[in-house]
Order: sequence, then C-alpha cells, then structure tokens
Amino acid sequence: MKRFAQLFTELDQTTKTLDKIKALVSYFEKAAPQDRIWTMAILSHRRPRRTVSATLLREWAAERAGLPAWLFDESYSVVGDLAETISLVLPAPEEQSDETLTYWINFIKSLEPLDIAAKKEKIVWAWQRLDVVDRFVFNKLITGSFRVGVSQSLMVKALAKYAHVKENVVAHRLMGNWLPETSTFEDLVLAEDTQDISRPYPFYLAYALDDTAEALGDPADWQAERKWDGIRGQIIVRQRELFVWSRGEELVTDKYPEYAAFIDLLPDGTVLDGEILPFKNGMPLSFNQLQTRIGRKTITPKILNEVPVAFVTYDVLEWEGKDIREWPLTERRALLETLASKNHPVFQLSPVVAFETWEDLRRERMRSREFLSEGIMLKRKNSVYRDGRRRGDWWKWKIDPFTVDAVMIYAMNGHGRRANLFTDYTFAVWQGDQLVPFTKAYSGLTDEEIREVDRWVKANTLERFGPVRSVKAELVFEIAFEGIAKSSRHKSGIALRFPRIYRWRKDKGAREANTLDDLLLLLEG
Amino acid sequence: MGLLDFTAKGIYCPAADVYLDPWQPVKKALITHGHADHARFGHEHYLCTAAAAPVIKYRLSLTDNVQQVSFGEKILIHGVQFSFHPAGHIPGSAQIRVEHRGEVWVFTGDYKLQHDNISEPFEPVKCHTFITESTFGLPIYNWKPQQEVFDDMNAWWRKNQEEGKVSIVAGYSLGKSQRILKNVDAGIGKILVHGAIENVTAILRAQGLALPPTTRVTPDMKRKDFEGALVVCPPSAIGSAWLRKFEPYSLGIASGWMGLRGARRRRGADRGFVLSDHCDWRELNQAVNETGAEHVFVTHGYSEIFAQWLNGNGKVAREVKTQYEGELGEVAEASAGVEDKTAEE
Repeated sequence: MKRFAQLFTELDQTTKTLDKIKALVSYFEKAAPQDRIWTMAILSHRRPRRTVSATLLREWAAERAGLPAWLFDESYSVVGDLAETISLVLPAPEEQSDETLTYWINFIKSLEPLDIAAKKEKIVWAWQRLDVVDRFVFNKLITGSFRVGVSQSLMVKALAKYAHVKENVVAHRLMGNWLPETSTFEDLVLAEDTQDISRPYPFYLAYALDDTAEALGDPADWQAERKWDGIRGQIIVRQRELFVWSRGEELVTDKYPEYAAFIDLLPDGTVLDGEILPFKNGMPLSFNQLQTRIGRKTITPKILNEVPVAFVTYDVLEWEGKDIREWPLTERRALLETLASKNHPVFQLSPVVAFETWEDLRRERMRSREFLSEGIMLKRKNSVYRDGRRRGDWWKWKIDPFTVDAVMIYAMNGHGRRANLFTDYTFAVWQGDQLVPFTKAYSGLTDEEIREVDRWVKANTLERFGPVRSVKAELVFEIAFEGIAKSSRHKSGIALRFPRIYRWRKDKGAREANTLDDLLLLLEG
Repeated sequence: MGLLDFTAKGIYCPAADVYLDPWQPVKKALITHGHADHARFGHEHYLCTAAAAPVIKYRLSLTDNVQQVSFGEKILIHGVQFSFHPAGHIPGSAQIRVEHRGEVWVFTGDYKLQHDNISEPFEPVKCHTFITESTFGLPIYNWKPQQEVFDDMNAWWRKNQEEGKVSIVAGYSLGKSQRILKNVDAGIGKILVHGAIENVTAILRAQGLALPPTTRVTPDMKRKDFEGALVVCPPSAIGSAWLRKFEPYSLGIASGWMGLRGARRRRGADRGFVLSDHCDWRELNQAVNETGAEHVFVTHGYSEIFAQWLNGNGKVAREVKTQYEGELGEVAEASAGVEDKTAEE
C-alpha cells in the first residue's frame, strides 16, 4: 500500500506526462505482481465492488474524530471529496502498516458478507493502522472514483515502456473483459495470442475541427458523414457469439437484444464500429429517447417497441478474423458497403455525404438538425484506423449549439480541483416576474472568471442551504446546449442536453435574460 | 458597549480611544504584527512591540510615529492597561491583552502554537473574552511536526539537484520565508532569495535572527549561479516571468492550504508543503481552552463554523466580520493577493 500510495502521490504532484510515465514505470518495476495488476485495474476504472456505503463511512469517521455530523459535513463541503475528508479528520494512526495493495483490496472485498457492526469494526481497525495518504487511498478504493489524471493511453504508454511491447498492442490487450482477480500480468500484457474472443479494439476518436474546413486541403481527399447523436459502439461476431461494446468499455450486449440479428448477418471474425442509435421507421430518434433505455436493468417489450435501436455502422475493423485496421479507409468502406447491403432494419450504414467543395459541405452541415445529427464527420480517405484520440485523420465538425441568456440564482462548491470555489451554478429564465430555474451548468469559464464569480457569490449571498447559496439575481450568462426536450421531472418543464456556460454576459442586466417562452419555442422547432 | 467593539474601522477600545489592527486610518493604532492586512498605512500613531517595529517601519515607510514596547510591558492609556504577548506567528508578532476594571480581553491577531525556531513562542494568556482568528478553523487542518515537513523539503531539494533542476519554494516574504531559511538543511546547496524577501530578511538579521547565508537574485545572474540552488520567492512570483530564468525547475509552495488536494492542484505547483504560521484545528481548540475565556469572538477564517463548534462545547462564541481577509475559500487567493503588494516593493 505504501508503494501504491507513493505512486498516487507522485502522479498527483505533477501535471507533466513524462513525469507520470516515469513514476508508473518505476512503480511497475518494483511492485509485487498482484499489486501491479490491481494498479492497472484501478487506473482503468476496474475496482472492487463497493462493500460499505458512503453514509456509513461518514458516520463512523465523524464518530472516530469526535465531530458532530454538521461539522463533518461542513468539512466535506470545503474539501469536496469524501475519502479525503475522512482521511484528514481522523486521529493519527496508532500503528504502522506495511500490507500490500492487494491485501487491502481483499480486505475490502471480505467485508461484503459482514453485518454492519462487523464492517465498522474492521474499517476502524484499518483507519487506525494507516497514515493520512494510505488512508486516503484506502477510502478511495471503497468509495470509487479514483481520478488521478492518468488516462488509459498514458497507462498504456507506461506499460509499453516497462514491458517492451508496442503501444498499440498493449492498448488492444487491455481492452475488454479482463478481471484483476483472474488475470496475470503475463497473460494480459505479454501473451501473444488473444484468448478473449470478446475483446474489442480501442476506438479511434476524432478531434473537433477548430480551424476552417479549407485548412484540410483538397475536398477530394476526404469522406464526409453525418455525426450521429448516439452511443459509440462496437459489434463483434466471433465463434458464433455476439458482443456489443460501448465506448465506456462496457459490455452492453444484453441491453440491446435487437442486435442479436447480427449473428446471422455477419460471418465469424467480423468487428464493426458505429453508433448505437434509437431508430424508428427509417429515421433516428433523439438521444433523449435513448436515455430512457440506458440504465434500465430489464428491457421490457414496451421499451423495445417505443425506442428500438439500430446500429449505424461506419467502419469495419476485423474481417475473416484478421485485424484490418491498417487498410485504407476507402477499402474498409468498400467492404463495409457490401456487408451492409443485406438490408436489415437493425444494420444501417452511415451514408456518405456527397460534396464537391467545402462550401457544399458547409451547407450540408447547416442541415444537420434535419437528420437529428450533431454535425459532420470528416475522415481522410487514405487513413488507417488509429487508436485513441489523435489529430489529423478524423475530425468532427459540429453544428453551433443553441444558446440562451440566463440569470444565475444559486451557486455551489465544486469538487476536486475546484473544491472550495463556487463553480456549480443554477440558472433561471423569466416567466413574467418570476425567475424559473431550468438548468445547472459549470464548465466553460476560465479560472480567472471562476475566481471572479466566486468572490461575487461570497459577497452577494442571500441565503445558505447547506452547501448551496442563493444569490442576488444579477449575473447573466449565455448558456449553450445541444438539445432540448420536455421533462416532467423539472420545474421548468424542460431538460437540456449538455448545457454549459458559453460566456459571461457582463454587458447584460438580469432583466435582459431570455424567457421560458423563448425556450419552449425551441422545443417546438 | 464592551471593552472592545467591532466597528467599521476595526477593533476599537472606547475607554482608551485606540484601535487594534484597524483597516481604516485612525489616530492611534495598536499593531499585532507587520503583515499588510494587520499593519496598514495612514494611522497617526502606531504602537507595537520593539521586535515587530523595524519591519513595520520599513514596510510602511514610517519614521517617528511608532511607539515601541517590550513583550509583557504594561502601558496605560486613559486608565486602560495594554500589554503585548508573543503570538508565535512571525518574529515580533503579538497578541494584545486589554485590561480595564478587572475585565480582561485578548486579541490574537494571527497566531500559532507550534514552535518555528524564529518567532517568540506563543504564550497563553488568561482572559474573560478571547478574540481569535480561525484561518484554519476546520478539523481537516492538522499540521505535521515541522521537522517532518522540512525532511520532505530537504529530500525534494536533493532529488531536484540530482535531476538537474532548481528548487523554488514560494512563501510569504515576511515570516514564512525566514522560517524556511532557518529550518531547511543549508548544507545541501546554495540558497537564493527574491529581492522582496532579502530586504525583510536583512532587517530581521539586524535584529539578531541567525540565518544561513543567502544571495539576492539579480537580473545579471547566469545559469551556473543557481545550479542546484534553492530559491525562495513570494507567492506573487508564481507564474511570472521572473521564474522563467530558473528553468528547468521544480516549484514548491509552502502554505497551510497545501493540505488539501484541490488547492494543491489548483495552484499548479509540483509540490505542496503543508507549512502554516496559523493554528491548526487542535491548536485553536487548545488555545481557546487555555485562556479560560467564557466569551469567544471568532474573526477571519472559518469563523462561523468555528464559533458554532465552540458554542456546542460550553463556550459563548460569536462570529465577527473583520477585514483581515475575505471569506472562507477565498483565503488562499486573498492572502496571496495581500502578499503581492509587499512583493512589488
């Protein structure tokens, strides 16, 4: 644990990629084999199942520290992280601990069958043995959300360097279904043949086009498609089995029973890349509809009927059991078009958008909303299928978002890096003389602006409700969002998709903000 | 009306017609210590400890309107007895004890209980009413022994030397910087300091504070002049062009705020050293208890929360708004801002 906590501290102390890789490599060199695999698991968000609730941890920590619940909660709202708050308020450890990371993970897993009193006894015992940093890591292992600024690709780089294996090979091997309990480092990183028939390929992700399209050169070198507003996915058919993966590296085969058809539509050794899209009568539905399906444990016939999905495919990565990501896009596309010619309603092909000039494409982009799409995807015709987010061959050219001017009425503390600054705001629009809250938003301001708003909030607080403050209705912000839908769960009757602060309208007074009617108009349009 | 009142200009003693650390110009000001939010420009007469006076005079460009007293010395002003007692915050810093007709109040200014090897150690003073700061008045703030922090700093400095990096530590130019100079292992390498720090350090040295040799950073310095060195600078230098000439370097910030991961990451430092010249949670509670005070006024920091906590623990406590800094979360930025002004001198 000490060694892992040390790694965590080193990763946390630097923002430089090279330093992080160095820290990881040096950790992998020294760590016990089982700790190594658990570290990889934790950094790729595979952690032990939660065996103690946050509420209980809070209660026990406050009791151990001799603090009333309200004071613990105030502390929590300043720190912004439960695991950290607990580690800070507890008394100094009474013993020394040098157990391994794996020991503590097994310890946490062993809590599962115990009753509450027994769990408490064990947790308190652990807290007494661990110092502040170890304790923080231990709490994080229980509560989850281990964000240490190590992306999958950064870990892949470090592993590749440590194991002397090519990066793209490591990236591929780490995808899919492995479990830290049953995997060894050798199997996972070093093994030549891939045992796991469900294993997907790392997704190639596009960058947003920040320059003009003209900067991409000759339009003839580029293939354009609509950018679909669904869930990125991979369809795998191998050895007469079907696997559906979503981009979050989640196996979602059971959630989309419609896709069972692919077993008959594709031969073994085929992998498709595309979009899981709600689709009815030959047209996509809004993402909002799909959201009613995500997160459901059981997919009822009613849902299947109301929100059926299709797979809108745009690439093929494996064919006849061979990795064909090195083929140029035009060749993969040609193969894909043959495959998709079977004309099954679930197997849709993302059509190519024809254009001669960038001006043509600009016009097509303006029509995006007609197709319920988010904009245009641009792919270089001779490009290979790469992994991760890389510049150069794939670009997304999104349409401009909807915007509305709104008044800030509540503010709340942020979390993590932004803890103890007011960074999470609730916005309202006018309905007559009333301000109706309609969305929360937090990203989009510069650090400088956040500090300025933070100071303003502190000076203009009207009331406090725990961590939330109501403030004078004075500041106006332009809120951008991608979509709008009716919602019975919100007071305003609407729900926004991807709301964020676009800019601070210092030039506008509260009365100049938009009205609820303005928003409802967008709903109809 | 109490012995001390909280007014728009500052903490006021009506019976003596004097102010303690006022933030608006007044006729007579009793000053706890030389930090800019406590010792301000524009008062007609200043009264402070002889130990604090040289820095205050230097920073405010004062000449003949500063009356000096020694620690523990009793002075009568209109029948009210005032005395200054060590606050342990920075060299010369004091708590101010006020006694009138048997009633005793103590105002802490800023203080800490931990010994830092440069300040006169904090001395608990019995009183009826205690006015305490609460900069770190939350149970999440618990300082480690100072030696552990400096062991870390020494190890970091050595590691940077091995990697060919300059070590830069940011800390307030008055107090924190000298604490670093005094306690860091000067055998590791050269120590360079920012001009604003060298000026203050020279004054404290002249008063008898023994510190390892330091070199002022000047524009004509070359790379070889700071190879393997430790550079101490004020927080305002972070992100400025001044730092650039030291590349490659590792940046450490020495502050109590560095105890929180969020604050550490927000400031973009490579290392946060949790080193504060204010009380942590345990020290605040210990200090309040040792005064024996029944009434407690809680000023700058987590005043509302700390007051509520004291009220639940047998004291009669109240939050008081002062201008010793902004509010809660802003403290880090606000106090860095205060330092900025002095650093520009």
